Amino acid sequence: MVTKDQIVAWLENLTVVLTENKEYLTQLDSAIGDADHGINMDRGFKKVKEKLPSIADKDIGNILKTVGMTLISSVGGASGPLYGTFFMRSGMAMAAKEELNNEDLVKLLQSGVDGIVQRGRAQLGDKTMYDTWAPTLETLNAAFATNDNTIEVLQAAVNTAEQAMKDTIPMQAKKGRASYLGERSIGHQDPGATSSYLILKTLLDTLVEG
Amino acid sequence: MKKLINAVDDVVKEQLEGMAVAHPDMLKINFEPKYVYRADAPIAGKVALISGGGSGHEPMHGGFVGMGMLAGACPGEVFTSPTPDQMYECAKAVDGGAGVLFLVKNYTGDVLNFETAAELAYADGIKVQNILIDDDVAVKDSLYTAGRRGVGTTVLCEKIVGAAAEAGYDLDQCSDLARKVNMYGRSMGMALTSCTVPAAGKPTFELGEDEMEIGIGIHGEPGQKRMAMTSVDEITTLMTNEILDDGPYSRTVREWDNESGTWVEKDIVDQPFQAGDEVIVFVNSMGGTPVSELYAVYRKVAEICADRGVKIVRNLIGPYITSLEMQGCSITLLKADEEILKFWDAPVNTPGLRWGV
Repeated sequence: MVTKDQIVAWLENLTVVLTENKEYLTQLDSAIGDADHGINMDRGFKKVKEKLPSIADKDIGNILKTVGMTLISSVGGASGPLYGTFFMRSGMAMAAKEELNNEDLVKLLQSGVDGIVQRGRAQLGDKTMYDTWAPTLETLNAAFATNDNTIEVLQAAVNTAEQAMKDTIPMQAKKGRASYLGERSIGHQDPGATSSYLILKTLLDTLVEG
Repeated sequence: MKKLINAVDDVVKEQLEGMAVAHPDMLKINFEPKYVYRADAPIAGKVALISGGGSGHEPMHGGFVGMGMLAGACPGEVFTSPTPDQMYECAKAVDGGAGVLFLVKNYTGDVLNFETAAELAYADGIKVQNILIDDDVAVKDSLYTAGRRGVGTTVLCEKIVGAAAEAGYDLDQCSDLARKVNMYGRSMGMALTSCTVPAAGKPTFELGEDEMEIGIGIHGEPGQKRMAMTSVDEITTLMTNEILDDGPYSRTVREWDNESGTWVEKDIVDQPFQAGDEVIVFVNSMGGTPVSELYAVYRKVAEICADRGVKIVRNLIGPYITSLEMQGCSITLLKADEEILKFWDAPVNTPGLRWGV
């Protein structure tokens, strides 16, 4: 079971992780975008951190929805509405829940990713955050079919996500500002795919902490 | 970096404060969240036209708020999309019951934020529509990119559809007209120098003394090609021909369906200009190019149009959609029919555009 306190801890840890990776994500974005992804994510999750104490006693769905609204109104660019929609949709799917079983956890991530796809219209191989999430969800579903140890399965999913993130390097961007670079976008790791990996990795690290 | 600023973080806010005290007869400013809106909004029974985008393109969009043009404008940070809470709050402030039309320049951030805002406004019972402006012929392909960027046609569309809303067009009629103006308009831009975003403190790109960048957008993003500097006649010929020779352009756009409350996809194809077309020509400064040079550009555009049998029926010349202090210009041609000309000529009273009043 994943508890509500662990979900709140995940969100708090994300604030720290995204501050630590602010320069790194911005540097990735300066190669193929407009050099603000790290700055925008850091600003958004700092706002989330401010909000958390006032919502920590609400149900998990409510907490995630508030995180989504906060990101939508503070991040800007393309990542604001994409991650905002991710948390809004995952919140809607987790309505009224106080703890999550493995099935809920998959549903949380799946609903969020469905939201990203609907909002961004990305397809596999477009060099976006979806390129991290699609294979990761496959691993998650396949692994839970034979193993009900949450942490072991999440570890497998994080491994997939890390590889998937690196697999965006040889891709040519077909969405977002990077797409205008055409072939010049090849050879750079996608910043959105990278922040998506960090979000999942931080979830695992939070659950391992206990 | 040498700029007339106090603190980098206050650039957008202080500009808005200045506008509020300069034009209280035309507009008001809300600061939390930031939006500019008509002093007399909401106007009962009339469609409210809202646009927005990154700051740094002034007078667009805030300078076009007023009678006969925009009901509201949402400014983001310099060259950064505004957020949906701004658009949503602005929509609530200006909706007069006939609905809100969001005019959105085709940049991924702007599109996603305005789509989110439309869903929020709709959930609040406001009738909404989002129409995309994507007129930049420097981007050839829509299948493997985010599609053509929204540039000069945006200004013309805000004027024309704003007048139609003022005249009592309903939301569907305004949307149809906006879509038509976008399909009839094509633009091309070029830069002689880069520009400096205050927060960045240094120029976005470097251009040599003898170089120019052809096919730029409006944020200092990369252009189509870098070329050796040449005469205004040669530059204007290159850009005008690129616009006039541009073939059909097809893409899929997403619009809101107020009946089902969902997004629907539409395939849209622009048709090329032809001999015999009547056009509005818009020669725009990127901010740093003086009007005297724009007239030299216009002189050559007029000559080329005459040679090719395209009749210029109206023109607009000046800095209206800029990239901070960048030197350079853009050329927009808009095919004009009777409906478009009627609303182009209708009175407008905004800080940035004013005639007939």
